Amino acid sequence: MKEDVLLTMRHIEKRFPGVLALNDVDFTLRKGEIHALMGENGAGKSTLIKILTGVYQMDRGEVTIEGTPISIHSPQDAQNNGISTVYQEITLCPNLTVAENMFIGREDSAWIRHKDYEKRADEILEKLGIPTRGVTQLGRCSLAIQQMVAIARAVDMKCKVLILDEPTSSLDDKEVNMLFKLMRDLKAQGVGIIFVTHFLEQVYEVSDRITVLRNGELVGEYPVEQLPQVELVAKMIGKSLDELSNLGEKNEKAAEKNDVFYEAESLSSSQALPFNFKIHKGEVNGFTGLLGSGRSESVRAIFGADKINGGTVKIKGENVKITRPIDAMKHGIGYLAEDRKRDGIIAELSVRENIILALQVMNGFFKPISRSESEAFADEYIKVLNIKTASRETPVGSLSGGNQQKVILARWLLTHPDYLILDEPTRGIDVGTKLEIQKLVLKLAEDGVSVTFISSEVEEMLRTCSRLIVMRDRHVVGELKGDDLNQAQVMKTIAGGEA
Amino acid sequence: MNNIVGKRREPLSDTKLLMTITISIFVAMYLLAMALLGGGFLHPQQIFDMLNDNASLIIVSCGLTIVMIGGGIDISVGAVTSLVVMSCVLYLNNGGNIFVAALLAIGIGLAFGLVHGYLISYLEIQPFIVTLAGMFFARGMTTILSVNPQKVTHEGFQSLRDVKIEISWLGYTAKNGNLVPARMELGVVIAFVCLIAVFILLKYLRLGRCFYAMGGNQQSALMLGINVKRTRFLSYLMSGCLSGISGFVFMMHTGAGNATNAAGMEMNAIAAAIIGGTLLTGGVGNVAGTFFGVLTLTTIKKIVVSSGLNDPWWQNITTGGMLCFFILLQSVVLSRRNGSKKKQS
Repeated sequence: MKEDVLLTMRHIEKRFPGVLALNDVDFTLRKGEIHALMGENGAGKSTLIKILTGVYQMDRGEVTIEGTPISIHSPQDAQNNGISTVYQEITLCPNLTVAENMFIGREDSAWIRHKDYEKRADEILEKLGIPTRGVTQLGRCSLAIQQMVAIARAVDMKCKVLILDEPTSSLDDKEVNMLFKLMRDLKAQGVGIIFVTHFLEQVYEVSDRITVLRNGELVGEYPVEQLPQVELVAKMIGKSLDELSNLGEKNEKAAEKNDVFYEAESLSSSQALPFNFKIHKGEVNGFTGLLGSGRSESVRAIFGADKINGGTVKIKGENVKITRPIDAMKHGIGYLAEDRKRDGIIAELSVRENIILALQVMNGFFKPISRSESEAFADEYIKVLNIKTASRETPVGSLSGGNQQKVILARWLLTHPDYLILDEPTRGIDVGTKLEIQKLVLKLAEDGVSVTFISSEVEEMLRTCSRLIVMRDRHVVGELKGDDLNQAQVMKTIAGGEA
Repeated sequence: MNNIVGKRREPLSDTKLLMTITISIFVAMYLLAMALLGGGFLHPQQIFDMLNDNASLIIVSCGLTIVMIGGGIDISVGAVTSLVVMSCVLYLNNGGNIFVAALLAIGIGLAFGLVHGYLISYLEIQPFIVTLAGMFFARGMTTILSVNPQKVTHEGFQSLRDVKIEISWLGYTAKNGNLVPARMELGVVIAFVCLIAVFILLKYLRLGRCFYAMGGNQQSALMLGINVKRTRFLSYLMSGCLSGISGFVFMMHTGAGNATNAAGMEMNAIAAAIIGGTLLTGGVGNVAGTFFGVLTLTTIKKIVVSSGLNDPWWQNITTGGMLCFFILLQSVVLSRRNGSKKKQS
């Protein structure tokens, strides 16, 4: 088979303040190929895409299209070079018609002939088999159709390279199939498609080739039939890089003998399918699985952060109702959110104010914590957790990621929780702080606090947890403990059964 | 597959739906007033009076509709109108030329639009604050120009003011047997010209559609290749220009300048645009709706006055109530619609 190379990216490097987001990454796309770009969070796949679409400028490297070197400085440049992107969030205007969304911003005259546009739109839509019409208001179409309209726009712009960034994450199975059919049709027409997704099954369903990134570096490019699912997962997650420190013995045996602190039976929420879960006093366990497997959704259900649909919850053997975060907090549960920028810190408030926030909410707003008291708390935790901040009144937004994370940790520790849920507490922070947080987790457990830990890094989970609940595609698929707690076993379970 | 889709009738767009509601309510209200209150409402002149009195409001509302469709707000329009009136009156009374006065009016309006647009689009300052500052500035300038009311003494202008378009077949026979034709001022013609121009802009020009795109989703508009900054700049420039024209029309109607001219006009314009189906969140709206918004607003006030509630606060109270009613109606209609869409898909 003759391989026409369409797009090459060579030696791409991109540095953000303090992080090397991409380090010497190569990527090759051929004509009429669906190429999956895989990697966990922070692997650098979105950075790579953004360089290609002109959102970021690369620091070093070379991009060529059909052999000609090109430079991309803006989304406009990318489009002019035949690179079109369809993002996870629909970047069309819901208040305009389908036809207008296809043609706006690239009309040839200042006068708009709506009828002409609608006719042209109908022709394109019919050719691509997209079941909608040009006159329809876009906001009235389903998300899948909206996504396809965005693709139709790109196709009509004679794009050579089509980037689909997580296109399926808000679609149901039927819609996904419609999208795949469209992708295969475009592939037959010679369009090169870069497919970014975290759904493994979908990758194997449509892709021809897979490129894996990890920690900003290229792991490799593989034809899809030569890379079994288990190996893909292994390549995405990688081997540990930091076996620097011994964290000490996990006291798993002891924990098993303690009373059960929390127990949920077929708990489900608007985001999570029913699952069973329990944790002993002083136990550290974890949810693992790839991004989107439902691990965060499950702990959010435990905390009452999403709308609870059903199930029974027992704390220390007694039936309780937890439907809102405040209920969970009153029962001694603390939750460190996955996205600390959105769910966690309040960047404009000071370190002190962020630290006392949860305690203040627990006490109720009519019993303010006195200034001197809050200053004492803040100073104590800045010292205990070694938070590097200019002063306790520094706005949290100006701290580094790791220190922000510690501030949120302090916030929950201050409420003296019996059970602490940490969702990706070590994401995007340096190795040293990671170790500090891991140590802290083990120390808390020794003091009798139960901890549920979620991390994308399996290595980290293996070191801290005495029990792992494995999830795939929103279902719990296994529970590992004791001798099964090793990397190979975890990956086998994540990837699904046979190795 | 396409055939099945082809047979389905396309539902009204949000803009058209909201406009249809406004027009129906206006017609129903007017018919009710004719039946219950009679009197002036039975004569076509009533409608012409409403137009004569509100020509300048219609013009600023058009400008505001453009800005609001683009997702912004301009609360300086009343103050700019007032400043234009005062400037033109003083200029004419000092021996100015009518044509130059008209240019002066548009010039002042454009100047405000230019500054607002620049600050909002290119320096990314909140439109509410920028135009609030513009409002205070224009009001202050008006007072500096003259604290006392100034009447236009320019003869040429007086004769221009007296031009009335008479439509005899819509007139009525007075008690003494004379035919009194319906009268329409020149300002109304200007208002209609502006209305039609803005209508065409918003519906058929690339720029107009960009206003909708920007108001619908700014980020998307950017990704679709629209120059959002320039588009936003132009929306404020147009609003400023229309405020200038509105000032000139206002002067033609009152024939005098007064520091309190057009007080609260910006709020009436916002109310008219909202009643006409323009959403404050942007992306939805239409000047035809705004026109009926002005008529609805005026009719309510007329009805209140005709019912014997002469005190000005009654007008304000009913206006407030009406605005509330419309906003509620809009959100109920739109959310029901979107709710039913979700069930389908």
